[in-house]
Amino acid sequence: MLQAAAFYILAGTAVISAFMVVAARNPVRAVLFLILTFFSAAGLFVMLGAEFLAMLLVIVYVGAVAVLFLFVVMMLDVDFAALKEGFLSYLPLGGAVALALVGILSLTGISWVVSDTAGAALQTPVPPDMSNAEALGSILYDRYVFFFQLAGLVLLVAMIGAIVLTLRHREGVRRQNIARQVQRRREEGVELVEVKSGEGIG
Amino acid sequence: MNDFVTEFGPVWGTALAVGQILAFMVVLLLSLAFLLLMDRKVWAAVQMRKGPNVVGAFGLLQSFADFLKFVLKEIVIPAGADRPLFILAPLITFTLAFIAWAVIPVAPGWVISDINVGILFLFAISSLGVYGIIIGGWASNSKYPFLGALRSAAQMVSYEVSIGFVIVTILLMAGTMNLSEIVMAQGGGFWNWHVLSFDLLPWPVFAITIPMFVIFFISALAETNRPPFDLPEAESELVAGYQVEYSSTPYLLFMIGEYLNIVLMCSLMTVLFLGGWHAPFDVAPFTWIPPVFWFALKVLFLFFMFAMVKALVPRYRYDQLMRLGWKIFLPTSLVAVAVMGAVVVYSNAS
Repeated sequence: MLQAAAFYILAGTAVISAFMVVAARNPVRAVLFLILTFFSAAGLFVMLGAEFLAMLLVIVYVGAVAVLFLFVVMMLDVDFAALKEGFLSYLPLGGAVALALVGILSLTGISWVVSDTAGAALQTPVPPDMSNAEALGSILYDRYVFFFQLAGLVLLVAMIGAIVLTLRHREGVRRQNIARQVQRRREEGVELVEVKSGEGIG
Repeated sequence: MNDFVTEFGPVWGTALAVGQILAFMVVLLLSLAFLLLMDRKVWAAVQMRKGPNVVGAFGLLQSFADFLKFVLKEIVIPAGADRPLFILAPLITFTLAFIAWAVIPVAPGWVISDINVGILFLFAISSLGVYGIIIGGWASNSKYPFLGALRSAAQMVSYEVSIGFVIVTILLMAGTMNLSEIVMAQGGGFWNWHVLSFDLLPWPVFAITIPMFVIFFISALAETNRPPFDLPEAESELVAGYQVEYSSTPYLLFMIGEYLNIVLMCSLMTVLFLGGWHAPFDVAPFTWIPPVFWFALKVLFLFFMFAMVKALVPRYRYDQLMRLGWKIFLPTSLVAVAVMGAVVVYSNAS
């Protein structure tokens, strides 16, 4: 009973807030609704017994990615009213894409054949003597280790690409060299001069 | 909590669990009142002042007087503010600060929720703390709060990374993510605490864990926006940063949330590095004292260190803050994770 109630609350929140992401007029609020969606998804993961995944979802998506989203949306000075003006002119194209997607998905749904043993396999829980993270790790680092490494490599390339794209050297920027500042001695900075009266320092 | 439900049935079990949570919250808030006073007293003592000393003996009731004053004042909401978000922001900060305490074990078995991913839960909740600040700063619809919120967001995200790696180092050592089990592995005497860990592994891992402890301490200062990293509320530039437009109870909620987070970081350091509730020596006079007092003592000591840092260290410049986080702490902790991983693998293999 309690489980079902929790599921419906979380699932309902997820769906409604996902809709609000699109429907919200204010972009910052849209991002906040997106965060709520992530959060309810994490709750659903906990209900499935995948608490490790749930925590990772919160840490990575809510704690880091969405913060950067929010950061960008707040900083960007985009006139969203102007953006929404041409909204309806894209309706035919958007509608066509949506229709095509619905068609593909329903075709897939119709032609999908479910094996008899699939139901049993779906319900295979984590072995009782293993924690969630252990079970995940033993699969990820054992059977799928090459895919795991490949995913890491793709991410690395993406990261380097992002840095290279945004890197630009500006001329005439004075940077602080902390090592040099620390190594500076008194003799390099201070000079004692005898000043003759009426002449000044030439 | 599940123990209560299985033992006393659904109704009484839930009631007991709620009662336990409420009791813990009251104890936390009461201790917080005196910790706030301690913070101010330490600060005053360093500056050779007396600090608050009017309300109650030695000013002991100062925090309660402040509380009453905060609650009784009018709540002012700026005309241009985003009202729902403006109210929501302090509530988020306050609630998240309490939620994180659910997994902190203060004594053997004294923990509200003993979950297997306890430390990840803590990390997740503390990474959410930035939302209260960033929403509050944005919803105020004013320049200083917005700048403060942006600074705070960048700062907290940066230092979370190194905090995460420090936590991973300790996880590798402990081999579990359950906070109670992490503490239990550190029993026997202060040389078994993770910060020293003489007996735990055949290698001198304290060469890694002591620097990690220092990094965690400094990152915790930055994560909780404490001086010398209190740039989000740098009063000489931003008046009070994201809190400028807040008054009375919402401000109080921000304040309580902030200090609860500080105490949370102190207790996290206690659990991860300083052996949690364990006494420094596992012999007679020390074991007579209940474990919860040892826990409180260690948290108190770390909080004292936080207060001293606030009193002694001048504020960092923002680029220095970022340099420290990304160019020094991040590589150091990353190397520490790699070295600790190697140590754990090879000590298990032999």
